[in-house]
Amino acid sequence: MHIFHEFLAGLWQESVKTFKILSRNKMGLFGFIMTILIILMSFLGPLLWPPEKSANVAEINKGSSAQHWLGTDFQGQDNLRKVINGGKDIVVIALVTGVLSMLIAVVVGSFSAFVGGRLDSLLMDFVNIWLTIPKFPLLAVLATVLALKDVITLSVLMAILDWPALARQVRSQVLSLKNREYIEAASMLDLGTPRIIFRELLPNMMSFIAISTIFEMTHAIYQQTGLVFLGIVPYSSSNWGVMISAAERRGVLFNPQAAWGILAPIAAIIIFQLALISFARSLDEVFNPRLRTSV
Amino acid sequence: MTTIATSTTPQRTLLNSMRTIASNYLLRRFVKALFSIWLVTTITFFVIRAMPGNAVDVLMEELTVQGVSPDDARNQAAALMGIDLDQPLSEQYLEYLNNVVHGEFGHSYRSAGLPVTKMITKVLPWTLFSVGLALLITFVLGIPLGAIMAYKRDTWIDHLLSNLAATLDAVSPYIIGLLAILFFGIIWKLVPIMEMRGSMSSGMKPGFTLAFLADIFKHARVLLLVYVLSSIGSWMLQMKSNTVATLGEDYVTVARARGLTNRRILTAYVGRNATLPLFTRLAISVGFIVGGSVLLETLFTYQGIGYLLARSISQRDYPVMQGVFLIITISVVFANLLADYVYGWLDPRVRIVGEDN
Repeated sequence: MHIFHEFLAGLWQESVKTFKILSRNKMGLFGFIMTILIILMSFLGPLLWPPEKSANVAEINKGSSAQHWLGTDFQGQDNLRKVINGGKDIVVIALVTGVLSMLIAVVVGSFSAFVGGRLDSLLMDFVNIWLTIPKFPLLAVLATVLALKDVITLSVLMAILDWPALARQVRSQVLSLKNREYIEAASMLDLGTPRIIFRELLPNMMSFIAISTIFEMTHAIYQQTGLVFLGIVPYSSSNWGVMISAAERRGVLFNPQAAWGILAPIAAIIIFQLALISFARSLDEVFNPRLRTSV
Repeated sequence: MTTIATSTTPQRTLLNSMRTIASNYLLRRFVKALFSIWLVTTITFFVIRAMPGNAVDVLMEELTVQGVSPDDARNQAAALMGIDLDQPLSEQYLEYLNNVVHGEFGHSYRSAGLPVTKMITKVLPWTLFSVGLALLITFVLGIPLGAIMAYKRDTWIDHLLSNLAATLDAVSPYIIGLLAILFFGIIWKLVPIMEMRGSMSSGMKPGFTLAFLADIFKHARVLLLVYVLSSIGSWMLQMKSNTVATLGEDYVTVARARGLTNRRILTAYVGRNATLPLFTRLAISVGFIVGGSVLLETLFTYQGIGYLLARSISQRDYPVMQGVFLIITISVVFANLLADYVYGWLDPRVRIVGEDN
């Protein structure tokens, strides 16, 4: 476990360095700060501004005002407060799906690359076949039949469906790194496979892993909001996806006065997705020195 | 096996020709396509039939609640799904595969026993029309835009287009669709709302008349715009990076040194080589757009196959859901196969080397 501990310490140092470089890239810094703010808002916000319990008939579908910055929805509840309370599910789904599918992908992808031979080509054949299957309809059908109850099971299902694409990328990364001189040197020194993987291989793939995880996170958000819209994932909790489709069902789309009710959660999702993506794109420059000089 | 191993000459040639057939590019791809269809069919079977709380159980339960006796409920559910519940699971599975091969997906549970195949053939043309046209527009627009970005690298036009493409790529199709309805229909009032709902005006007679064609374009235009906006970003970015990579190749430098015109370099050298890898993207794009059509067609109440899937899901109409899902998968898998063939035809290296890693 010593090696693993060292790996974590190295990761921390690496993160500090990354943040220093990141602070030079404006879009990336913006994305990073927005992401952190949205996560903080989603987890701490509900403690400060708990959700409203009852409808407010006098204030239905009002526009922006000093009292309600983002207006009120079809139940007369404050949109801003609903947005603050609706982020937690989305963040959890994005994080769990992203991290879990990447974890499976790293294990399977690097295993496949290291073992090689027949097992490798068999795994990759499976992955290539899996990639031709349209994922969203499959997810929709599976989620319907399984009648999912909570966000974690949904995230696990999405991770199970999504890992093969990532595994193929991990495999080609490992393959290209495996033949680099410093890895060959490490294996000639007989440093042991765990050490080679944790000290030499993974740190050099961190940028790729981080970026792919973030892209998978935005994808998970898309799928979750879509499933809610189709009425597959239960309505029990209030999140941005539920806000959008509840508003849509109420015919808000065709009522100009109620536009705030649907624009608020849409804006929240777009800002979160854009923040994640601009953070991910800047990571590319952070980890790739050749790109860095050109900025 | 032993006779072949200790082979005489004619058997060896037979083995060789069998090897040649097995390593044939077109055939191998075809077998893979069949395999993925089989995989999805099998997953669907086990999910719908064998899991706890599966579709047949749910159907039986609903029928029982409606006052049908348990035995009748069981028979009715089985008849709707087109399966025989008294047979062992393996027999049922074979029967089910046989039905799928013959294009029989059972009968709708909600629409009074309408054959699923009939429901699908009614809506499929609309999706083929809208998705096909959207793909074509995306391809035709995305490639020149990506090439422009690469040629004008680090100018304002590249920055503008790159940021636009990255933003479009980041935002979900479903969100773009909602915004399109909200802004075009409600806030700016550019498009009458009725023209964004449905695939044609009521009372319009289908046929090759100008009025009909104008009407379906009118109804599809916002949907098409949303399809294009949601997938053009990744095309532009990909084309840009391909073109940048190609521009750095030796043969482009040599072509410049030979004094070829820029136009000729662009069309004969850069354009062709940069566009080539995009054909594999075309296949991924088909899957992406068809997947998105489940949400977008529902949003625009466009009577295509995605809408049918969404409706069967919300009504828990399992036979329809199963059939539509299989048809969607089969079309996407064959679109992939077609793209592979086109790619192999355009780029002989793929055919000869075979594997594309």
